[in-house]
Amino acid sequence: MSIIKSKLNTRADDYRANVTAMQALVDDLREKTALVSQGGPEEHRKKHIARGKLLPRERINGLLDPGAPFLELSAMAGWNMFNNEVASGGVVTGIGRVQGVECMIVANDATVKGGSYYPITVKKHLRAQEIAAQNRLPCIYLVDSGGANLPTQDEVFPDRDHFGRIFFNQANMSAAGIPQIGVVMGSCTAGGAYVPAMSDESIIVKNQGTIFLGGPPLVKAATGEVVSAEDLGGGDVHTRISGVCDHLAENDHHALSIARRVVGNLNWKKPMSLDLATPEDPLYDPAELMGIIPADPRKPYDVREVIARVVDGSRLDEFKSRYGTTLVTGFARIHGYPIGIVANNGILFGESAQKGAHFIELCAQRGIPLLFIQNITGFMVGRKYENSGIAKDGAKMVTAVATAQVPKFTMIIGGSFGAGNYGMCGRAYSPRLLWIWPNARVSVMGGEQAASVLSTIKRDAMEAVGKTWPKDDEEAFKAPIRAQYEHQGHPYYATARLWDDGIVDPVQTRRTLGLGISASLNAPILPTKFGVFRM
Amino acid sequence: MFNKILIANRGEIACRVIKTARRMGIRTVAVYSEADAGARHVRLADEAVCIGAPPPRESYLVADKIIAAAKSTGAQAIHPGYGFLSENEEFAEACAANGIAFVGPPVSAIRAMGLKSESKKLMEKAGVPLTPGYHGDNQDPAFLKQQADAIGYPVLIKASAGGGGKGMRAVWKAEEFADALASCQREAQSSFGDEHVLIEKYLQRPRHIEIQVFGDAHGNCVYLFERDCSVQRRHQKVVEEAPAPGMTAERRAAMGKAAVDAAKAVAYVGAGTVEFIVNQDGTFYFMEMNTRLQVEHPVTEMITGLDLVEWQLKVAAGEPLPLAQEQLRIHGHALEARIYAEDPDKGFLPSIGKLIHLAPPAETINVRVDTGVEQDDEISPHYDPMIAKLIVWDESRERALARMLQALADYRVVGVSNNIGFLSRLVACPAFAQADLDTGLIERERGFLFPEGGEPPAEAWLVAALAELIHDREYAAAEAVAGNDPYSPWHARDGWRVNSVARREIRLRAGEVEKVVNAAYVGAGVQLGFDGQIVTAAGHFVDGGQLRVDLGGRRISATVVSANEKRHVFIDGVCHVFAAIDPLFHAGSGGGAEGGLTAPMPGKVIALIAAAGARVEKGSPLLILEAMKMEHTIAAPMAGVVKSFLFNVGEQVSDGAELVEFEADKK
Repeated sequence: MSIIKSKLNTRADDYRANVTAMQALVDDLREKTALVSQGGPEEHRKKHIARGKLLPRERINGLLDPGAPFLELSAMAGWNMFNNEVASGGVVTGIGRVQGVECMIVANDATVKGGSYYPITVKKHLRAQEIAAQNRLPCIYLVDSGGANLPTQDEVFPDRDHFGRIFFNQANMSAAGIPQIGVVMGSCTAGGAYVPAMSDESIIVKNQGTIFLGGPPLVKAATGEVVSAEDLGGGDVHTRISGVCDHLAENDHHALSIARRVVGNLNWKKPMSLDLATPEDPLYDPAELMGIIPADPRKPYDVREVIARVVDGSRLDEFKSRYGTTLVTGFARIHGYPIGIVANNGILFGESAQKGAHFIELCAQRGIPLLFIQNITGFMVGRKYENSGIAKDGAKMVTAVATAQVPKFTMIIGGSFGAGNYGMCGRAYSPRLLWIWPNARVSVMGGEQAASVLSTIKRDAMEAVGKTWPKDDEEAFKAPIRAQYEHQGHPYYATARLWDDGIVDPVQTRRTLGLGISASLNAPILPTKFGVFRM
Repeated sequence: MFNKILIANRGEIACRVIKTARRMGIRTVAVYSEADAGARHVRLADEAVCIGAPPPRESYLVADKIIAAAKSTGAQAIHPGYGFLSENEEFAEACAANGIAFVGPPVSAIRAMGLKSESKKLMEKAGVPLTPGYHGDNQDPAFLKQQADAIGYPVLIKASAGGGGKGMRAVWKAEEFADALASCQREAQSSFGDEHVLIEKYLQRPRHIEIQVFGDAHGNCVYLFERDCSVQRRHQKVVEEAPAPGMTAERRAAMGKAAVDAAKAVAYVGAGTVEFIVNQDGTFYFMEMNTRLQVEHPVTEMITGLDLVEWQLKVAAGEPLPLAQEQLRIHGHALEARIYAEDPDKGFLPSIGKLIHLAPPAETINVRVDTGVEQDDEISPHYDPMIAKLIVWDESRERALARMLQALADYRVVGVSNNIGFLSRLVACPAFAQADLDTGLIERERGFLFPEGGEPPAEAWLVAALAELIHDREYAAAEAVAGNDPYSPWHARDGWRVNSVARREIRLRAGEVEKVVNAAYVGAGVQLGFDGQIVTAAGHFVDGGQLRVDLGGRRISATVVSANEKRHVFIDGVCHVFAAIDPLFHAGSGGGAEGGLTAPMPGKVIALIAAAGARVEKGSPLLILEAMKMEHTIAAPMAGVVKSFLFNVGEQVSDGAELVEFEADKK
């Protein structure tokens, strides 16, 4: 395979400036991650711990194989939403190894509003289940939640992708042979009661976990019966009398050890259809990724410099390197797994889109996972391009992306604008996992373009009725549009709303991808049937 | 010379004899009890014959079975080793009667030296110096007291038929004599069926120095110099050396001559040892003659460059001694330490069990290890719990001492208690280093030899914690290879997290002290926080549990051996034992009934104290286990209910077996 020759000068001033800029973004990211990782307010956490309960991330650490990685998803979900009170969206989700099996772990955080389901909580829980279903990852639910958040009931209860979908997913995953394991470590009230009840195997902690459709206050109101939570639906009741749970645990640690045993008995084996090779570190230090992305987003750079710091041995066998050069396509390996890379290296032209579609066909034909590296302002516009059918070419690429059945991964390393987002496997194209770098921007178009488009329309309308529009007024018109796009295009805005599965420190890109690819291989790679390509 | 010999012994000495026989081109036959079917001496021998049940009186002490084994395998000679039948005249006679050569002295010599009083009379006649004393038949207490008064106090009263310290009394004042005599006679009667005693001068701060002699059937007899075996505990030798510190050429010649005279007096043939008790001024008195190869013979081999087993076989085959007295020379200094499975802190209580990890120092021209066991072998309750003899040699005593210290530091044993730490302190103790030797050294230096058990140093806690992390990593790596996704980054155990740092508590217990080492997975290594200090740590296992560790830039070598939840951390030759406490492992065990209700060692249940179904308080005795001739009480670890006993009285239990089904009270 051919080795990418880097032209990066790590002693140049602009490199250093780039590093400084990116480092500031990464530092801010780590700081905010640390903040949300604490969970709810301190007094809630203290109370939680005083009850002998572990915090959700401690529970996860105990559940995982000791020292094993944890690919946490969307840690900053809910950021700056709901008064910024729903840290991590009130639920910690991620992929981690338990007894050597990659599992999807969903852990409620009872210190965040009692673990109740806000709209973002529901969305995050469903996204975790979607990932589990697509990649066939056994699910472990560490339940500690009061159920649906009542004040926002209209946004969490009735719709298709609301609370009820959680149990729909459990039933259908179980039907598909994907194990569902419920560990009741706190409340499991009302709808929440179905999490353990719908699990293949469930565990409940004595004097701590409770499962009931209606809690003691509701029972008293409804029938006048006075009953303690433990007698109504505690661990003893559910493992001895009702049979809602299968295993009674003494405490959190014990429950986790039982959950580990349960996973150990799954008889889980990963299918493997890839031609593996011994992994090699990239030739160039991944830490240099910090200095590749220009601090000024308008400056161009060669995306191969990024690829060279992500793939094994910095090797990339390019496909059609002389054709449609604004899209780099080629075969490489990450942690020994073969991967087809589709990376933007400028605006998309008709040829680049055709090349992309062709390359995706190759990967689908060969069963090779795909990695989309997004840095795209969009497709080329203008008479020449429209007349030559760029929409047709774009459609080919979108068709190929949408229907390819190989595992797809997307890493947004810069702009993600307009139809470029679609052609490059944006969220709507269901990549198995999608991550974003802290410098990235996601919106229908760039803020400047949006402001210009809107001001052009307005000016044209005004001029049509003979009015004039002073330059200052136009600027005043454009500024809030720019601000809106900057605000809504920011990765924190995106990740808060779960448009991605998390923000990734560029230096961690390779490892993150490796973990994602490996986890995806729990599902067999299926053959692809493409739709009609418009020729 | 013989073509095939049988070795009527086990353990290190059987292996030792096989080694020489093999070098001489002689085939070997081992005998073994059912307990030794997989023992090293059986593995090493060309042939092996099972001779019965584990108790020695049913196997290694049954002359008929051994003779039958020799005849059925066509062995021409029997080497008895030491102990067992080595000084048994009936056995020697049986060999002769069956036409098998006995590798040892003539029956007459064994008999002559067997009875203490008789042998002393013989020695007196031969002009061998004897401790002033009375060895006569007059056992009248008043007469014996007169004799004691004449000898001068302190005196020693000994059973005539005794040995090994049994039936022995020191009397410091005339008025204590009568009581001591009566008690000694009672013990002699009960132990040996003969209440005859003898009285000797009791030497203060005596040394034990013995002379190795060798005779052949042609009337030649030489001495192979001395061994100093003064360092003893309860009359058991602990460390032996040759030559004896402070020995002059004149006294060596005098002692050698006395020893040869003693041997000649009984027409001695083969290897023998004449033991002398030596005053601090150098005067020496005959004690007894051992008519066999001694345990400590290797120190003599190391300073003479000879193979005493080879000499034994040649002499037994009727050949003359290979060398004459004037051809024998002393080169350098040798020390032997006896490594035992025993617990020095519990009165040297023997320890039995599996040798989970056994790493002796590498053998070189300076270091020799004579052993009958290898890793994974058992130290069984049926036999002497010796693990090995560690022998070192160097140009001078000072250098040999340094060698011994290093070799002991390199000796790692896990699975049984052992005396390696004790031996290291003994060799390092100033009195021993300065050769201020006498048989009371160990008792006198107790303060130095049995220090109060302190807490392990911070370094040991850190190494133990780091080893946990490395162990997880290596376990995962081994598992990775077995699966069909061998290169997956999920196999890593570096605590990788998205934009944050994984932390982990490693909880360890040393004795009663429980501490936590906080690990933070930072970058490629880990930071360990302990006792307010944070160090960056890295390391990897080399082999056999050997760990190369980098603690904050300081490189150290350690060995960590895991056995269940125990972590044996060897640093600088000291073994620190930790228990790794896994919160998940013990969770739900009913409140931590750890260890209390399992057998601490293999043994026999001799009594059930609590009743099944009874409520008991913490510390109440539940049952009694007999192991290693000691009674061990198994007590309730906390208040609770004895649900049932899992063994009946009289049943044998293995190490770690659960004994009681116990339900602790709810907290």
